[in-house]
Amino acid sequence: MSTKVDARGLSCPQPVLMALNEIKRGTANEIEILVDTEAAQENVSRAATSQDWKVTDVNEADGEYKITIRKA
Amino acid sequence: MRFRNIFATRWGIIGTGLFIGVFAALLQKWGNPGNMGICVACFERDIAGALGLHRAGVVQYIRPEIIGFVTGSLISAYLFKEYRPRLGSAPIVRFVLGVFAMIGSLVFLGCPWRAALRLAGGDGNAMLGLLGLIVGIWIGTLFFKKGYDLGRTQPTHAAAGWMLPLTMLGFLILLIAFPQIEGQNRSGVLYYSLKGPGSMHAPLLISLGISLGIGFLAQRSRFCTMGALRDFILFRQTHLLSGLAALIIAAFITNLIVGQFHLGFEGQPVAHTMHIWNFMGMVLAGLAFALAGGCPGRQLFLSGEGDGDAAVFVMGMIVGAGFAHNFGLASSPKGVGPYGIPAVIIGLAVCLFIGFTMRKRIS
Repeated sequence: MSTKVDARGLSCPQPVLMALNEIKRGTANEIEILVDTEAAQENVSRAATSQDWKVTDVNEADGEYKITIRKA
Repeated sequence: MRFRNIFATRWGIIGTGLFIGVFAALLQKWGNPGNMGICVACFERDIAGALGLHRAGVVQYIRPEIIGFVTGSLISAYLFKEYRPRLGSAPIVRFVLGVFAMIGSLVFLGCPWRAALRLAGGDGNAMLGLLGLIVGIWIGTLFFKKGYDLGRTQPTHAAAGWMLPLTMLGFLILLIAFPQIEGQNRSGVLYYSLKGPGSMHAPLLISLGISLGIGFLAQRSRFCTMGALRDFILFRQTHLLSGLAALIIAAFITNLIVGQFHLGFEGQPVAHTMHIWNFMGMVLAGLAFALAGGCPGRQLFLSGEGDGDAAVFVMGMIVGAGFAHNFGLASSPKGVGPYGIPAVIIGLAVCLFIGFTMRKRIS
């Protein structure tokens, strides 16, 4: 199952917290996280990797980033 | 193919920490005050003094380091297409947090950057401050876990993001237009210190050059002294922490080499030995920085990237410095100011109020 997390416009550490909460809920094996700064993109990707999830795609368009992570 | 940011790697953040640590110690060697090669809170306080927002005669100088931090970040953000003008995440709350972050810092006599540099210079009192910082940030993480949230920013005009960088440019123009006149505490609209920390500074171009470099590197690497501790407490992540550790080690080694390391509690430069209030001042500052999402340096770097809310926090800190010195809240080497203790208690109450009341609505 795939879920979405919209963390656009939120500042540190909210995007990471939201992504980790979604990972911990354990209902999805693929999560799409929307953020709007490069720093948030890096932080979320790093946090996901530390939870043994894999960053499968980072798509940037119009200053927004869609990070796709998948359970390894 | 997206550009990979090498500064966002472990070695990127460590490199940034090393750069800051070495050059902060050298800035002290070249004229900045003791264990204050860089102190974001102290330097914003000196700017407030130079502008006459407070009239503490020993802390008045337009510190070029603050100007360089914002400008270096702005240049980096534009070069790497990361300039994102944005604002609107509870700016007034961020202003209030900035005011109390400054008051807490001035009760301790330093922001997290200076706490690290004081430790690297052998000042034992810094341990109390760092311990307080950890406790303050830990309280902040509890609020984050309970859903504390100041809301989302909105994209805005590019020029709106320029407001703080332009203010900094204005400060630089004032500094050049009204340079210090030997033996006088006033030059044009600016105040200068004739003695004390405000009278001690490295040459303008050296300070500006180094701080532009730091602003650039810190924008790329997202260096943050508060985030270093927060991420470890909240996520057990050591990424930012390795940058802070690198800063301390680099400053320590540089201090040893240039003969600036003096171990002890008594007689440390611009420091007092009231342990409880060194601790409590930084509990307040740590909590305020945590609730605002960044240490005072990071707020400057974010401002350079176009974050208007971070800019409001910076303004809060500068105004907070005015309150701190006009109301006798700031400490001095003799100890806490006459109203410093009640100010810390009020500040903690305000931060707790903000933390408890500003949560996401559970829908």
